[in-house]
Amino acid sequence: MAETFLRRRGPELFGAATLIASALVFEALIRGGVVNRYIIPPPSDILLAFERVIVEENILTRCRDTAFEMIIAGGASVLVGVPIGVLLYRSALWRRAMEDWIGALAAAPIVLAFPLFLVLFGRSPKTIIVMGFVHGLAPIILKTVEGLASTRTVLINVGRSLKMTQSQMFWKILLPSAMPIIFTGIRLSWTFVLITIVGIEYLINLGGVGQLINELAERYDLPGTYAGICFVILVSVLFFLALERVESWLQPGR
Amino acid sequence: MSISEKPPLAQEPALVVDDVVKRFGRGTEIVTAVDHVSFSVQQGEFVSVIGPSGCGKSTLFNIIGGLLSEYEGAVKIGEERISAPHPAVGMVFQEESTFPWRTVIDNVAFPLELQGVAKSERMDRAHHFIDMVGLASFEKAFPSQLSGGMKQRVSIARTLVSQPKILLMDEPFAALDEQTRLLLGDKITQIQQELNQTTLLITHNLTEAVQLSDRIVVMTYRPGQVKRIVDINLPRPRTSDVVGSDAFGHYVAEIWNDLREEASRGMADSESAASRRAAHG
Ligand SMILES: Nc1ncnc2c1ncn2[C@@H]1O[C@H](COP(=O)(O)OP(=O)(O)OP(=O)(O)O)[C@@H](O)[C@H]1O
Ligand SMILES: [Mg+2]
Repeated sequence: MAETFLRRRGPELFGAATLIASALVFEALIRGGVVNRYIIPPPSDILLAFERVIVEENILTRCRDTAFEMIIAGGASVLVGVPIGVLLYRSALWRRAMEDWIGALAAAPIVLAFPLFLVLFGRSPKTIIVMGFVHGLAPIILKTVEGLASTRTVLINVGRSLKMTQSQMFWKILLPSAMPIIFTGIRLSWTFVLITIVGIEYLINLGGVGQLINELAERYDLPGTYAGICFVILVSVLFFLALERVESWLQPGR
Repeated sequence: MSISEKPPLAQEPALVVDDVVKRFGRGTEIVTAVDHVSFSVQQGEFVSVIGPSGCGKSTLFNIIGGLLSEYEGAVKIGEERISAPHPAVGMVFQEESTFPWRTVIDNVAFPLELQGVAKSERMDRAHHFIDMVGLASFEKAFPSQLSGGMKQRVSIARTLVSQPKILLMDEPFAALDEQTRLLLGDKITQIQQELNQTTLLITHNLTEAVQLSDRIVVMTYRPGQVKRIVDINLPRPRTSDVVGSDAFGHYVAEIWNDLREEASRGMADSESAASRRAAHG
């Protein structure tokens, strides 16, 4: 029993143990004066700050706001990115014309263009969402094209031999075959989206957790700031768990 | 084929391959994969094409299946020259071709799903063919949980399920062990006879070809030409027991004689792993 429990939960236990161990190491380093406590507060202080940021700073509401922006921006980049990827896959000309640009878009530090977006969309959640969306788009487009293009020829031949229509071919062979790679794209994309959203909240001092972290930092409430960062990680973890669920539901047996 | 056993109708052959040529590449790099190949398959007849690796068998298979539309000569089903997949033709591919995102039963039921067959009926029919290829207890498994030979049997069942009038198979048993190959061969013969299915089997396996066929088309190694067409006058109904008979051994020896020459040319031509496979066959 104990053995199978370990085998099943082993990785998680190991992860948690690593986390606790590194927290303890930092605690020791900071208390020992090796690391300056005004740069990194001791983990125990951060832990104690959790209650404060929840009760006094209402961080859960902030998380909700950030998560909301994340859902809109992340969802939109999937809903727009996948179809664009499909179009690029269909047209060799467009693909050759666009692929490098999109690659450049993926690598560009879009966050720095925030003044432009502020002018376009005002100092509102719209700016945050649009920037998150734009940053999340490129990986999904690129991975959709890659996924569709890597469909094995023999599977396409099976479809052809069954006289499948273009749309049957797409929905029943190309898309399911591309799914794992598209999901890799979504995972990459959502990482970009969350970084952008929290970063812009911080930069323009508006909205969810990012703004709160900004405020706490300006108050020199370092334990609070780090506690805030922990909540960003929490939001991210929740999104990725949800994504994993969707993935295994959409494609069992992979 | 012995004429006396079949009704001596002056009927049109179900499938005609007429002087087919296929070249790949251009300029000095031209490879002639299929070189003036002609033969025909009668309705209900089982014909095998046998030849060493790289002699153009899969190319011919793709042309007959309508997947390679640019070729010289003509492949005809009825009056129609084939340049696109024909609805009467079912194909089993040489490469592994199951859908990894579908369970075994959903893989097999796939063609029926496309035809809009009601769910309960398509499950019944899929079940029947899965049973036939001996995978009954794996219906809910995904291909990733199966061995190579099992996956190949799923593909065979998936093609059989829509009961095509003309069945094309490209080395469908290559990934199977000898025992499974013989037994599955029996099953295929059985439905082929029941449905009076016209069957063209591409293979490099001599035993398999003699066990199953009414006629065998022996191909030369590059360029792929017809070397000889051999009638197999072994009695039907025929099971894998025939493998032990003298007549069987006679045919195998006779065809091996032709094939050996070609296979050795193939071997000499390339040291590839593919050539080694042909020498086994
Ligand atoms: N798409 C292609 N482009 C260029 N050459 C090709 C192409 N397809 C096949 N060939 C060439 O045609 C020849 C015949 O190939 P084919 O796949 O038909 O052989 P095969 O008889 O099926 O061999 P095997 O028994 O190994 O499957 C080979 O020399 C191969 O290199
Ligand atoms: Mg082949």
